[in-house]
Amino acid sequence: MDVATVPGVDPHGAPRGPGTSRPGLVPPSWGWVWKLRLPRQPMLRHLVLALGGGAVLFGVTSVISSYDDYQVAQIGFTAVAIAGLSLLTGANGQISLGQGAFIMVGAYGAGLMLVHTTLPVFLALFVGVVVSAAAGVLIGLPASRLRGPYLAGMTLALAIGLPALPLKFSKTFAGEQGLSINPLQPPGTVDPQRWLAWYVLAAVLIALVLLGNLMRSRYGRAFRAVRDDEVAAALSGISVARTQVLAFAVSAGAAGLAGGLRGLATGGVVPDAFSVALSISLLAGMVLGGTGSLLGAWWGAAILVYAPQWATSVASSLHLRPGQGSNLALLFYGVVLVVVVLLVPQGVQGGLRQLAASTGRRLRGDGAVRSEGVSTVKPTLREGEELP
Amino acid sequence: MSKMKTSGHRRTAGTIAVLCAAAVVVAACSSSTNNASTSPTVRALPNNTQGVTSNSITIGATAPLTGPAAPGYSEISPASNAYFKYVNAHGGVFGRQINFTVYDDGYDPSKTATLTRQLVLQNNIFADFGPLGTPTVLQVKDFLKTEGVPALFVESGCNCWNDPALPYTFGWQPPYTVEGKILGQYVTQHLSGQKVGYLYQDDEFGQDGVKGLDQQITGSNVVGRQTYTATPQALAAGLGSQMSALKAAGAQVVVMYTIPAATVLAMLAAATIGFHPQWVISSVGADTPTLTGLLAAFSHGAAGATLLNGVISNAYLPLLTDSSNPWVVGFKKILAQYDPGAPWDGNTETGLAEAYTFVEALQAAGRNLTRSALVQAIEQHGKTFASPGLVPFTFSSSNHFGMQGSEIVQKEDGGLTNNVVSPRLVSTLTGPISTESSPVSTPPANFGS
Repeated sequence: MDVATVPGVDPHGAPRGPGTSRPGLVPPSWGWVWKLRLPRQPMLRHLVLALGGGAVLFGVTSVISSYDDYQVAQIGFTAVAIAGLSLLTGANGQISLGQGAFIMVGAYGAGLMLVHTTLPVFLALFVGVVVSAAAGVLIGLPASRLRGPYLAGMTLALAIGLPALPLKFSKTFAGEQGLSINPLQPPGTVDPQRWLAWYVLAAVLIALVLLGNLMRSRYGRAFRAVRDDEVAAALSGISVARTQVLAFAVSAGAAGLAGGLRGLATGGVVPDAFSVALSISLLAGMVLGGTGSLLGAWWGAAILVYAPQWATSVASSLHLRPGQGSNLALLFYGVVLVVVVLLVPQGVQGGLRQLAASTGRRLRGDGAVRSEGVSTVKPTLREGEELP
Repeated sequence: MSKMKTSGHRRTAGTIAVLCAAAVVVAACSSSTNNASTSPTVRALPNNTQGVTSNSITIGATAPLTGPAAPGYSEISPASNAYFKYVNAHGGVFGRQINFTVYDDGYDPSKTATLTRQLVLQNNIFADFGPLGTPTVLQVKDFLKTEGVPALFVESGCNCWNDPALPYTFGWQPPYTVEGKILGQYVTQHLSGQKVGYLYQDDEFGQDGVKGLDQQITGSNVVGRQTYTATPQALAAGLGSQMSALKAAGAQVVVMYTIPAATVLAMLAAATIGFHPQWVISSVGADTPTLTGLLAAFSHGAAGATLLNGVISNAYLPLLTDSSNPWVVGFKKILAQYDPGAPWDGNTETGLAEAYTFVEALQAAGRNLTRSALVQAIEQHGKTFASPGLVPFTFSSSNHFGMQGSEIVQKEDGGLTNNVVSPRLVSTLTGPISTESSPVSTPPANFGS
């Protein structure tokens, strides 16, 4: 049980307005919505969320345009990369500016399999995940000895240095030109972009269910224990270094899946595509969506995918020269980041959660004490354990 | 309390049941993906008339408008658009107005992948006209092929555009290898016995160029082969170590396959260490106005255009300063009217000339414009297209290269004068080099007004 789930204590609850606290004023047409509960058992709970989300996304991707489908696929693989980062930073308290490098490892791992072997695509993706997770262990070993800015510096160096590797060993990695990956072949008359979106979403949802379960397991608890107080964690018998390496490996594995899917989506793997800017934008996406929240990763990914496009269309409606439009996208990022951090420091997901919680209380008419005697609102920093 | 829990569980169970039913479909899809991508096949040329209406043609391109490759190259597509505006103002092509959309990929192939999909799937372009870059366009070549979108006149001299596997892709400028052969022959004939060093971009562009150089320059004369990568980080570090290495190797001639920013970084680095070789620069990185601007910017005004004196380069378009050339006169007029403020330099000249070729192709394709008609028109009539190019096009059904030659010029007077020091030379990737004798075509009367 969490520290915050003390009966009647709601550390982040908004003050109740007058008149909302009287029980018995629940409108019957709305009340049942708030009584729907997700199953408590983590595996079941995450499966329900993933299947429900998958069903909704399946419906949506079946009707939207071909290009929108491609963007959904982009959101999908960006989300799993952000989710990995979110686990590392939100749950385990380690900061990484090198997520783009792990995406690259996964992309090359899966890409080389697809180019040189006849492995089915999902196995190639799995190889990418394994290779990337192994790289995560390698990086995690020294990283577990570093803290704060030193860790950030090391991972930044990784993000800068790694893209030079394919150029150095251009025979193996096809150099600047990169690997060319055949697109997925859809069955029948299914639109290729739609098929891609489904494939990516299926893979990403599976990965997120696994990540969500991990967060609720003893490993997840160990992650958080190490994040909150390393000494206390060590005293409880948790190996701090091993836990940190594991978090790095899991986070890198998620990035590896993102890389493989990205190669599949874009039709190739080239070193130029894994710049430092990629790693930093993922970090921004994580903060925007809600650090530590796997659902928040989707919001962050959506912002990362759509922001440049919005900026371009705004720029063209303002009749700016194209170069100025590109800079507008960066400006837009910056402004959104500042606004979100100022207004909803827990990110979009944290903000939504607060909104839902306060609305729910208002509709139920019971603010602090519920029939079950515990508050469902937990401190936002602990979201990682709460949601898949 | 217990009652509430029970009903909650029942609802949960119901929810799960509904969601599971929906998810069966998803699961079915994901399980059948296993054998999906092993045998890619090209779909029949779809959407043959996508982007064409009775009064408009929609085309698009990706280009670096920001980022390391932007200096100079960002001017090309706006110049092409200026030419399309000129054509539109004169009634368009068979009554169709040309709409040209350019997206900024910052020379990042992953952005090219996204933006090209946006152009094709959302903007419904008829053709990808003049997309810039080798790694960038390579990233989308298969996608364009699958969608049946012609990639016309890719802004790159990579040998990869003449590929039977890419039937709707065409190059335009001379392949880097052919340029390399012509420059290499000049070095061998006119700078014989001197020690040669190479500086080239470590990608398709530089490597293709070096292939041509190596065909002509004796290996034992090459004393150094230095490379750089065109990333912002690498360029920010400068090219000092490469220049020091070439100086230490005793190079008297330095041949460069560089983008303009790298050309300038190399020349400044060399000047700093007192290294003054004979520079031989491929046309890609040798445009005088671009270099002059970058020299002043990178050296904060300390270095000027005099560094360009004596530089040897190749050219396949008319000299910018040739005011007797009707192409130059017409293009300058069009640029001044339809993109006022744009500089007149090698990049804008390229953009205008390339747009001219595209309009020639549209006219050759005829009134009933389709993608296959356009591709066929270039294959059958491309050789006879009027063009400001110094050498004729070599398009055919088996050859998708555009020009395959150039002349050699030497810069004087800070690059304002370019003395032609060779006849017009043409070649192929592996064949002999010969002198081009056919006359350069002339534009229609009153071109540009």
